[in-house]
Amino acid sequence: MAIRMLYFAWVRERVGTGEELVDPPASVATVAALIDWLAAGSPTHAAAFAERGRLRAAVDQVFVSLDAPIEGAREVALFPPVTGG
Amino acid sequence: MIRVVVSPANIDLAAEMALAEANGVGAVATFTGLVRADPGVVGDVETLELEHYPGATEAALEGLACEAQTRWSLASVTVVHRVGPMRPGERIVFVAASSRHRGAALDACAFLIDRLKTDAPFWKRETRSGTAAWVEAREADDDAARRWT
Repeated sequence: MAIRMLYFAWVRERVGTGEELVDPPASVATVAALIDWLAAGSPTHAAAFAERGRLRAAVDQVFVSLDAPIEGAREVALFPPVTGG
Repeated sequence: MIRVVVSPANIDLAAEMALAEANGVGAVATFTGLVRADPGVVGDVETLELEHYPGATEAALEGLACEAQTRWSLASVTVVHRVGPMRPGERIVFVAASSRHRGAALDACAFLIDRLKTDAPFWKRETRSGTAAWVEAREADDDAARRWT
């Protein structure tokens, strides 16, 4: 099932878009696996996601760790550590 | 009462205070964050731009407000955060907690701003001498948020 990817801050700038629809195979089961699959398919994504330790994620708008499952997810967001306030 | 606002508009302190004081309680604690010029090697901050995650940001702030109401006996919680471009000296965030007495109001106010820094999806980009750069997260903010867990 297609997943709506959202990117924010420098992740958005490095990917080159703030939003895209992707359709990973069923074997892609976690956020980390999704990042690997996106990176394998495009050098731009691979460069954007190179610093894995600086990436944070949300699945359907809930903050999760990168090992969180994505089964049934409609929206996955990737972004740097937050800096509000 | 929970009031959460994420908006590019200037933060109207008088209007927010009037709302917080309208609950007939004895104590209102507030925190106001301003954009710092923060002089550095490449000059002062000229503009600060705030990006957010529409929907998720508001949900995160409402979640924090609800958590504050669970932890303390509060009549109201206000969280107002500005987004978009702003300049040094302008208000970026306003937090208020009202309660019967000062203890709960002061603690809840500190909890809200500490946790907002680490739990709400906002990203700052500052421009100095015409060059924009994303602001890095600070470990001191993580430490401040952890004291409430």
